[in-house]
Amino acid sequence: MASRADVSSVYGRRIRGPSALGGDMRRFLHLTWTLAVTDFKLRFFGSILGYFWQLMRPLMLFAVLYFVFTEFVRIGRQAPNFAVVLLLGIVTFGFFADATAGSISSVVDRENLVRKIHFPRMVIPLSVVLTAYFNFLVNLFAVAVFALANGVMPRLTWLEFPVLILILGLWAVGLAMLLSALYVKARDVHPIWEVVTQAMFYAAPVIYPIEAIPKPAWGHIVMLNPLAVIIEQNRHAVIDPGAPTAIDAMAASWNIAIPAGIVLVSIVLGFWMFNREAPKIAESI
Amino acid sequence: MTRPSESDLPAVVVDDVSKTFRKPHEQVHTLKERVLHPLKRTGHDDFEALKNVSFAVPRGEFFGIVGRNGSGKSTLLKCMAGIYSVDSGDIYVNGRVSTFIELGVGFNPDLAARDNVALNAIMLGLNPKEARERFDRVIRFAELEEFVDLKLKNYSSGMQVRLAFSVMIEVDADILLIDEVLAVGDAAFQQKCFDVFHRMKDEGRTILFVTHDMGSVRKFCDRALLIERGETQMIGKPDEVASNYLELNFGREVSAEGVQTERYGDQSAEIVEAWFEDEHGERATMIPQGETCSFKTRVAFHEDADHPTFAVLLENDAHQPLFATSTEGVHRSFKDGEEAVFSVTFENWFTPGRLLASPWVIRGENDLFDRRPRLASIVVTGKRNTGALVDLPHDVSLETGSGEKLTARVTS
Repeated sequence: MASRADVSSVYGRRIRGPSALGGDMRRFLHLTWTLAVTDFKLRFFGSILGYFWQLMRPLMLFAVLYFVFTEFVRIGRQAPNFAVVLLLGIVTFGFFADATAGSISSVVDRENLVRKIHFPRMVIPLSVVLTAYFNFLVNLFAVAVFALANGVMPRLTWLEFPVLILILGLWAVGLAMLLSALYVKARDVHPIWEVVTQAMFYAAPVIYPIEAIPKPAWGHIVMLNPLAVIIEQNRHAVIDPGAPTAIDAMAASWNIAIPAGIVLVSIVLGFWMFNREAPKIAESI
Repeated sequence: MTRPSESDLPAVVVDDVSKTFRKPHEQVHTLKERVLHPLKRTGHDDFEALKNVSFAVPRGEFFGIVGRNGSGKSTLLKCMAGIYSVDSGDIYVNGRVSTFIELGVGFNPDLAARDNVALNAIMLGLNPKEARERFDRVIRFAELEEFVDLKLKNYSSGMQVRLAFSVMIEVDADILLIDEVLAVGDAAFQQKCFDVFHRMKDEGRTILFVTHDMGSVRKFCDRALLIERGETQMIGKPDEVASNYLELNFGREVSAEGVQTERYGDQSAEIVEAWFEDEHGERATMIPQGETCSFKTRVAFHEDADHPTFAVLLENDAHQPLFATSTEGVHRSFKDGEEAVFSVTFENWFTPGRLLASPWVIRGENDLFDRRPRLASIVVTGKRNTGALVDLPHDVSLETGSGEKLTARVTS
């Protein structure tokens, strides 16, 4: 008796319904890349001052925060190169916020594609994160100029930076999958996530140096935020070797397991969720 | 088991496919609602869009999938394309598949033609390099060389369609799944589309085409599938499928009964019923073009009537009057309690579509006994649809200056 697999080899390629991954890997990459580049182009060249606005957003925020935290609240003053740390922190946080917030409605917004062509659904959240990376690169250029002008010297530890950013990106992909899949069912994911990102901004050493927190216990809690770990480690590796490393800022070195666990769980849970929803997305939006 | 060579395999096999949509009565879209009403269970309707559909399409066939709105034809196409998952059954394909549910999927109004062509082509399955290489050809075919750098939003809708179509024909699929993309264009554009489809078919590609336009099914398809309420009604020759479709579409709605309850007159002479008969005298809901048929109506007299006139008007679906006649000149008086059957027998040279009959009985000039608009109807079936109202059998001939003469008799 012919098993199912035999039958399929007789009749040809079996059509499976839509899925998260699956199908031709090269087409997957082409699609992700094309969508990301198109989105980036639209934002970048969409207005005459596209590039300018792209830079202005973090720079304006930087100017305001820098003024407030060095003049009104003087916590920034003691840290060397606080300005560069602040700018890099803002830009890094900006990438994370861009990638995750942008992904939430991405699948629903691309309804037109989802309902009309067959492609691995994961392309969509992935392309959002990729677009955020492009924007991040553009902003990073400004940060680099600013850092060098402030006397930050290139060091070998700069090599840690791309690794840290890759980890942040993977986390963002995990959250992007989770959020975009949830959004199909529950539209209030949007405001909820806005609040969460806002909280994460303050629960990371962006506008204050981690060592400036009066109660060390608070600092230890802040360092459980994966975003805080990445931002602090970047500060140490890229800008200020005298600053504490992420591990130094923790209560104990094993504490790193918690943010690492959060990242891993987000990725696994996000993939599981997205994979489960992917076949039904076209029908439910 | 010996494996058949690839060219022997059908291009598409659909094996016992079923698909049910689950539609909640009330869509719960927020977490808040779920939290506030955790125990509220909203019911849902199961809608069986496809029920045990099976068929196979050999390589190189132009296969039509026809059905009324909501019959499941587009769902079937989306299942074949892999956009919807099926609940049971299997679908197999042999070769690259491209789906055209809409022209210009992925087009963005804020991008120039170049970017849009690339975007659309990649969506349809080309790789970026192929998309770039074919760009010039696409633009040339669309005759849009001068507008390459114009943003799509500044294109006229006709230009957008041309561009999208030019991309579509550049896609190298072995199997094309097409869902009424042609509905957007004018007649000339549709003709151009079909010319291209034919060229593709000649190249050995397989085309599955969803439509409810019976004209194109007759003209282009090798075979067709008729689907109704998710079930296969028939698979067969385009003519037979088209006739069945017409019957489904018009027949069910009206059967031999009337569609209107409007009524005029004092009904002292009452039109009791009206119907059509075929040439064998059987009541019919369908009549092939060219055959003899009769319209009949039964009238009961409740008062004495002095020389009444019986009349009927035939109209098409658009209520255009096609034909009218009466018994003027056939004179007889009727007594209370008598009955009469008025009948009109004619050769049916109307073009395919629905005929509606409005009978009336009148005394003198305009003293109406009874008039019942569109009381009976019948569907005319036929191969030729000229778009005109009637299709008389006729001769056409061509005479050249040298005295050569070509003549042909045309009947549908």
